[in-house]
Amino acid sequence: MAGATLALLAAIGVLRMPDVFTRMQASTKASTLGLGCLLAAMVIRHPEMSFLVKAVSISGFMMLTAAVAAHVIARAAALSGSPLWKGTVIDERPRHPADHRPLSG
Amino acid sequence: MLDLVFTLTLTVLAVAAVLTFVRLVRGPTLPDRVIAIDLIGVLIVCLLVVVAESTAQQAFLDVAMVLALISFVGTVAYARYIEREQS
Repeated sequence: MAGATLALLAAIGVLRMPDVFTRMQASTKASTLGLGCLLAAMVIRHPEMSFLVKAVSISGFMMLTAAVAAHVIARAAALSGSPLWKGTVIDERPRHPADHRPLSG
Repeated sequence: MLDLVFTLTLTVLAVAAVLTFVRLVRGPTLPDRVIAIDLIGVLIVCLLVVVAESTAQQAFLDVAMVLALISFVGTVAYARYIEREQS
């Protein structure tokens, strides 16, 4: 139940946040924690080795890839010049397209 | 009692998926839509975990794992596409 609430929080955050970067914060962290709570509940209800192994592998994989995916999307959004929320205090993105480092790979 | 909890959890997850879908449709920029698709993938994984818990079927967990993998690869591919479109 807590996991589902956190997942709902992630969705509300995605719906309400003003720009791409804040939206991503809401989505990544809340959904990772929500999935972790759901998996923990499942292991508590079915205390068997196979469930435990699968739950640990799913949650570990999710924690790894959510961070990487959020980083990659943030990089793409920043390079493509997404509009920032008007209350953003500091914007350290390069001003000219020529300042962008070329992509590797 | 437990049935009620499962029903409630699935309902909440479905509502979350609908809200994320609204963002997917409205999303002003392409990265917004990519984030929404990624979150929908995570929500489907959550749904599968809840179903696996309520039915005690381990096959759902395998499906959840594979879906998480594929969703990650898809997100990275979308991000690459956005970056390459700019340059």
